[in-house]
Amino acid sequence: MNGIDTVGPQLSVLGAAGLILVVDALMPQHRRMLPFIALFGLIVSALWTVSWVGRDFAPADITTFDGTFSLDQYSAFFYFVFVGITATVVLASIDWVNREGRGQGEYYALVMTVCSGLMFLSASRDLITIFLSLELSSIPQYILAGWGKDKRSSEAGIKYLLVGAVASSLLLYGMALLYGATGTTLLDGIGAYVASPEAEANRGLLVLAMVLLMAGFGFKMAVVPFQMWVPDVYQGAPTPVAAFLSVGSKGAAFAVVVRVFIVALGADLLSDDWSMIFAILAAVSMTLGNVMAVSQTDIKRMLGYSSIAQAGNFLIGLAAVSGGDERFTLGASGVLLFVAAYAFTNLGAFVAVIAISQRIGSDQIKDYAGMWRRSPVLALGLAFCLVSLTGIPPTVGFWAKLYIFNAGIRADLGWLVIIGVLNSVVSAYYYLGVARQLFTGGDESTERVPTSPSISLSLGAATLGVLVFSIIPMPLMSAARDAAEVLTK
Amino acid sequence: MSTLFLASVGIEHFLTVGALLFCLGLMIALGKRNAIGVLMGVELMLNAVNLTLLTFSRFSESDRPIAGQTFVAFIITVAAAEAAVALALAMSVYRNRETVDVDQINLLKS
Repeated sequence: MNGIDTVGPQLSVLGAAGLILVVDALMPQHRRMLPFIALFGLIVSALWTVSWVGRDFAPADITTFDGTFSLDQYSAFFYFVFVGITATVVLASIDWVNREGRGQGEYYALVMTVCSGLMFLSASRDLITIFLSLELSSIPQYILAGWGKDKRSSEAGIKYLLVGAVASSLLLYGMALLYGATGTTLLDGIGAYVASPEAEANRGLLVLAMVLLMAGFGFKMAVVPFQMWVPDVYQGAPTPVAAFLSVGSKGAAFAVVVRVFIVALGADLLSDDWSMIFAILAAVSMTLGNVMAVSQTDIKRMLGYSSIAQAGNFLIGLAAVSGGDERFTLGASGVLLFVAAYAFTNLGAFVAVIAISQRIGSDQIKDYAGMWRRSPVLALGLAFCLVSLTGIPPTVGFWAKLYIFNAGIRADLGWLVIIGVLNSVVSAYYYLGVARQLFTGGDESTERVPTSPSISLSLGAATLGVLVFSIIPMPLMSAARDAAEVLTK
Repeated sequence: MSTLFLASVGIEHFLTVGALLFCLGLMIALGKRNAIGVLMGVELMLNAVNLTLLTFSRFSESDRPIAGQTFVAFIITVAAAEAAVALALAMSVYRNRETVDVDQINLLKS
């Protein structure tokens, strides 16, 4: 299999981005077609990935471009997640972009570029390509966050950029030290060095590099203590962009963190240290995110804080590395399962928020009162996603939480799981508080809130995904497990 | 005399300068109130990383010492792209608010 074939899914997404720019520039009368070009590129990308799964390839053995990218089930799993996320976001953006009027081609092209960056990130096996893919996905996100015409949007853009630039620098210094200690930038090479006896002498340098990597990735994962930008950026950025950031950037960050820490830093020399640090970060993120979310009145800020708390849940899986024979696999597959479940649930909630806020012109939770009578579909979709985010059975959010808590218990992290369960109770207060608002009160306005076909389709796709995997979670679980085994074999 | 001086400059000197530059950049990035000032701090940090990478590459005994230098070429390119976007966003903030002081860019809060 040659190099181009292994990055085909990314190239078809990037190709669609280029085509969008050309059509936008040369055929302005066909601007309505732009989102459909984007969707076409995403479908080609998904089919390309499917075609691999059909062929019998030995997972993790196929690397390309001098070992810097891999073609394995781990990256394929994330390709599907990112393509699904991007398609939903493109559909949910159509109304907003049409109303905004300007820069339509650029908007879709940037969204597609971010998507290709996220996909490259989940396939990278080398520090250089990790850095490049991270920036390929980040720089367009800075632009998108500052896309709106208002003050808040440009404020969100500059805040996101400044914080992201400092985080990238920390990450790069960590990578430089890692390169210095091990003499290679390939994750496999670093892993082999860390597992070898001579790594003992360099332990101090390796730990420093590891902490810097955690700080750099921590910003992208949006975990405490690197979370302060999250609520501001979610509130200020245009809502479709905030939806994209909350799932895409976070999902890719976890994809790369799982790969880097297990493949490169997974040896006993370091793994106890990082699993302990991740456990502490998980506990703090969950608690702080949930406590702050309770008092929010703006639904986008609330979702921002709740996404910090959810990132804490993901980290339980990363912390759970000492599971005997199943070392790594259970925790890592828990992270993957949680990323997929969270992505579609949170996206569904955001799409409903996009639809509602476009019509009522407000992001305040109190204005959502009585939405059930004004738009039953949106209210039901939003309520269902919020229930799943809380983790109430039998939703996919519940299965993901059960799986990751099980991984935690098997790794002797009982205290962390107890904190996680207590936090789920706290999160029920504000998630279900919003859900209750939707169905009660709000007698003053009975005006209908209509939805456009594209928003309905996007909300339908997200909630259908949540619904299907709530009823039959096994395929998703086994896919996550197969993907995680690639890293640990 | 100059050869003697050069012979006594080893890997640790370069790394120390790199670490000092990085800390200096971080202090500027965290302490400056002007958004452009923060960006200058970030540039300093990135150049400290470049120096560190080049040092490791120069003194490396690995079979692929070129990796560090490749990395530096990419970092320089990405830093330029990032600076372009940063200045455009700073312009947009300035047009909206007449200031790039990060303490006064504070509309978003709970």
